[in-house]
Amino acid sequence: MTTDLPQPVARSGIELVPTLTDEAAPLTGKDFTSDQEVRWCPGCGDYAVLKAVQGFLPDLGLRRENIVFVSGIGCSARFPYYLETYGMHSIHGRAPSIATGIATSREDLSVWVVTGDGDALSIGGNHLIHALRRNVNMTILLFNNRIYGLTKGQYSPTSEEGKITKSTPMGSLDHPFNPVSLALGAEATFVARTIDSDRKHLTAVLTAAAEHRGTSLVEIYQNCPIFNDGAFDAVKSPVTRDEAIIPLVHGEPIRFGAPGADGSGSRGLIRDPATGGVKIVEVGDAPDQVSADDVLVHDAHSPDATTAFAISRLTDAGRLHQAPIGIFRQVSRPTYDDLARAQITEAAAGVTGSRSERLAGLIGAGDTWTVA
Amino acid sequence: MSKQVKRLDRVIIRFAGDSGDGMQLTGDRFTQESAAFGNDLSTLPNFPAEIRAPQGTLPGVSSFQVHFADHDILTPGDAPDVLVAMNPAALRANLGDLPKGAAIVVDTHDFTARNLTKAGYAANPLEDDSLSEYAVHPLDLTGMTVEAVKEFGLSRKDAARAKNMFALGLLSWLYGRPIESTIAFLQKRFAKVPDIRDANLAAYRAGWNFGETTETFVVSYEIKPAPMPVGTYRNITGNLALAYGLIAGGVQSGLKLFLGSYPITPASDILHELSKHKAFGVTTFQAEDEIAGIGAAIGASFSGSLGVTTTSGPGIALKSESIGLAVMTELPLLVVDVQRGGPSTGLPTKTEQADLLQAMFGRNGEAPVPIVAPRSPGDCFETALEAVRIAVTYRTPVMLLSDGYLANGSEPWRIPELSELPEIDPGFATEPNHVVSLRDGSSLASSGQVSPSTNGASADEKREFWPYLRDEQTLARPWAVPGTPGLEHRIGGLEKGDGHGNISYDPANHDFMVRTRAAKVERIAESLPPLEVDDPEGLAKVLVLGWGSTYGPIGAGVRRVRKAGYHVAQVHLRHLNPFPRDLGDILERYDKVLIPEMNLGQLAMLIRARYLVDAVGYNHVRGLPLKAMELAEAIGNLVADAEGIEVDLSDPVDATTSGTAGASGTSGTSSTAGDQR
Repeated sequence: MTTDLPQPVARSGIELVPTLTDEAAPLTGKDFTSDQEVRWCPGCGDYAVLKAVQGFLPDLGLRRENIVFVSGIGCSARFPYYLETYGMHSIHGRAPSIATGIATSREDLSVWVVTGDGDALSIGGNHLIHALRRNVNMTILLFNNRIYGLTKGQYSPTSEEGKITKSTPMGSLDHPFNPVSLALGAEATFVARTIDSDRKHLTAVLTAAAEHRGTSLVEIYQNCPIFNDGAFDAVKSPVTRDEAIIPLVHGEPIRFGAPGADGSGSRGLIRDPATGGVKIVEVGDAPDQVSADDVLVHDAHSPDATTAFAISRLTDAGRLHQAPIGIFRQVSRPTYDDLARAQITEAAAGVTGSRSERLAGLIGAGDTWTVA
Repeated sequence: MSKQVKRLDRVIIRFAGDSGDGMQLTGDRFTQESAAFGNDLSTLPNFPAEIRAPQGTLPGVSSFQVHFADHDILTPGDAPDVLVAMNPAALRANLGDLPKGAAIVVDTHDFTARNLTKAGYAANPLEDDSLSEYAVHPLDLTGMTVEAVKEFGLSRKDAARAKNMFALGLLSWLYGRPIESTIAFLQKRFAKVPDIRDANLAAYRAGWNFGETTETFVVSYEIKPAPMPVGTYRNITGNLALAYGLIAGGVQSGLKLFLGSYPITPASDILHELSKHKAFGVTTFQAEDEIAGIGAAIGASFSGSLGVTTTSGPGIALKSESIGLAVMTELPLLVVDVQRGGPSTGLPTKTEQADLLQAMFGRNGEAPVPIVAPRSPGDCFETALEAVRIAVTYRTPVMLLSDGYLANGSEPWRIPELSELPEIDPGFATEPNHVVSLRDGSSLASSGQVSPSTNGASADEKREFWPYLRDEQTLARPWAVPGTPGLEHRIGGLEKGDGHGNISYDPANHDFMVRTRAAKVERIAESLPPLEVDDPEGLAKVLVLGWGSTYGPIGAGVRRVRKAGYHVAQVHLRHLNPFPRDLGDILERYDKVLIPEMNLGQLAMLIRARYLVDAVGYNHVRGLPLKAMELAEAIGNLVADAEGIEVDLSDPVDATTSGTAGASGTSGTSSTAGDQR
């Protein structure tokens, strides 16, 4: 037996969170900086993400006390300590479940999860996929450095096969997860990928993620200079990045590589009729090239995640040479927490009397008898 | 034909049949009728873990035992006076529990060669003399049911399904039960399927009428209402009382209730019940696993709700790390463990109390958690409220240990007045509680609440919020919820610095914080009332100490010993951690301490370690409540030992309470001699 649930109301992810009054002085990055000394390794990509977050949070215009950051365990998990908001540094892999409790019990909070590839995809994999399918209103920042940092350098669930680490001296045997493919498979409504060192792109993606109502998953390629240095050089180096990054912009043809005759990237994506997926082609007017008109236009809002999934498969599973970057999917679906609150509102509609009076009615109901 | 009515003081009936025969419903209805009549009662449902075990087999037998009386009783009874057996397997599976002379009402319909074989009978026991020691009433209940409902045009299978109502009608007549509540129940339950409703009603009435007209039963019985304290009563199971207690905890504290839970036997009914009460602002979250259930509850508590998670022993094992997080972050949280037989998957539908040490110690590090345990189904309500009081007042996870017997068993419960319930003040932090000098960073003032008038910060001072500054009396830390301006702070699983709550690896701080968390839990004992020592003449040398659901059997055992003329004292613990302050002194007053438990001696281990008392265990782990009569023997032996006397409990039943207990037609001494006043 099923019942019809309310349809989604198009709302921003932060719409119900109190904002600063017009008279109040706007907040700055400094207002979001706690008095705790930051203790990541020199050169760690986490610094760049922290700076970007501290820099962009004021732009949301929210009251600082209505923002909550929750983390699990790992290098990235120290993140909440450095932000002057409410925060919890919880236990390994469980941050999405704790954030689910926060978001479901309070509609007036902007809820953020900071996690890593080990925390989110290994020990906490179950909570991640279930948060995504439920679509709880929160933003998950998945710092992917493809290595275990805090435990000093074992391979992670996103490490390439054959990786030589302390725990795999003859090479790792596991096939890695692609976090974007995983999230799309888990019915996520907002999935994006960005890079720690590209502050502008990172900020744009985070803003879209915060404004998305539902679970937003943002994979951030993050360099670990100690245990996996250079893992993302292909997408970071000015020399290689134009060839390595497949940029995803909603409504734009997916073109990359050195500029072609029309000034856009000389390569592009088309649908591959042979596989049903997508493939990379040379774009141009030559016989062995594909016309610019036939290049796939990115549609992050498509109700069907099939193409987004196909695009996510262009990410290298091995050493990274190529990766789509941007917002893969951004669609509207009712959130678990909104629906849960709606059921409470519906149940309470028309109910009269104080909670105490109703409690007396509840426990005094049923077949009763009185002893005088 | 007018029939003789005989008066009894109490009866124990066991309804037994196939898992699909509706025995739990039948027992529940008989219980409700008895409750409405005003008897005291106690029930013991017993069913297999399989939803539908193979039909007609011994593993598929489901039963429901109800003990009802004209006086205050404590247990569902050791042995039934009457067995209602719906098939050969039900007869065979339960026969061993029957005392000689017990009555057996048996449906002969399924006593076919095939079903007899399935039940392991080589010959039909109804046709040889193997049941000669019992008063057997072989009746074709199924056949009579089909006949009674034929006008409704049901298939033979559907018609036969109403046989449990025929049996209920018959037993209701036999013991003079009021039938109105069951008629109303059936009308409501099957309102949408009129032919099924009418068939059940017809079968129920037919059973009653059969009893009145048949010559099989020449006597019916009367069990007068039991005198009970003034008040309004209802019959209640432990899980329902616990759910109500949680809702009451939310109301009394003014907090929203948030349940994060994963279905598990025998705790799921609490999730089911709470999910019906959204109008109270109750949020129920069925999580992806046990860990997510408690994780969400912790998140809700952090956000200012009353976080609750409900589970059974295997779930506690999965939640251990999260409970540790709640200990470290010092957030209010309720962890309900409806214990079942273990280890591992164990006996999912059977009772046990072997999770005490898991509750006490089952975490990494020094992670003290207060523990409370209800003593009876109705007591689950009050104990849940007490758990809420402790969790909210002391900012701590609290473990509530119920068990399968309490969860599914029922008893009459006096519905409390709201004025009897405790007020619980969450006392949220609203303001900074600490002032520092901006010149040198030194602390200038700290308090629970730094008020602007007395501790206003001047130009070279800054007001801060310190999440680990403690209340002097309770040692509780402030509960500052997101959305409170100026109190932004971070908590987590890493060790916290005293006061300011920042990460601290300082050795002396860790030592201090470990001791402080322990001291905080110990501080709860200051808020507990003195223990009730039941030692009527103050002459006992033997003390029986218990906890949780053994209260009934222990009380019944103690009564039996006293009835036989001996002295014994009883103390029952609701608080297992911390122990009440006066427990040590009480233990010292007795020469011998007996600790009956449905485990191998877990409370005994704690008592011996804490008080250096040479307590003696009485331990059974059979998946069933302790038997009062056997326990009485153990108490008697210890009394004999302590007082150097001979103890004889053989005939504790006086003339006024002896006699037939059921439809046996034979006279004899009741076999279940516990539970006498």
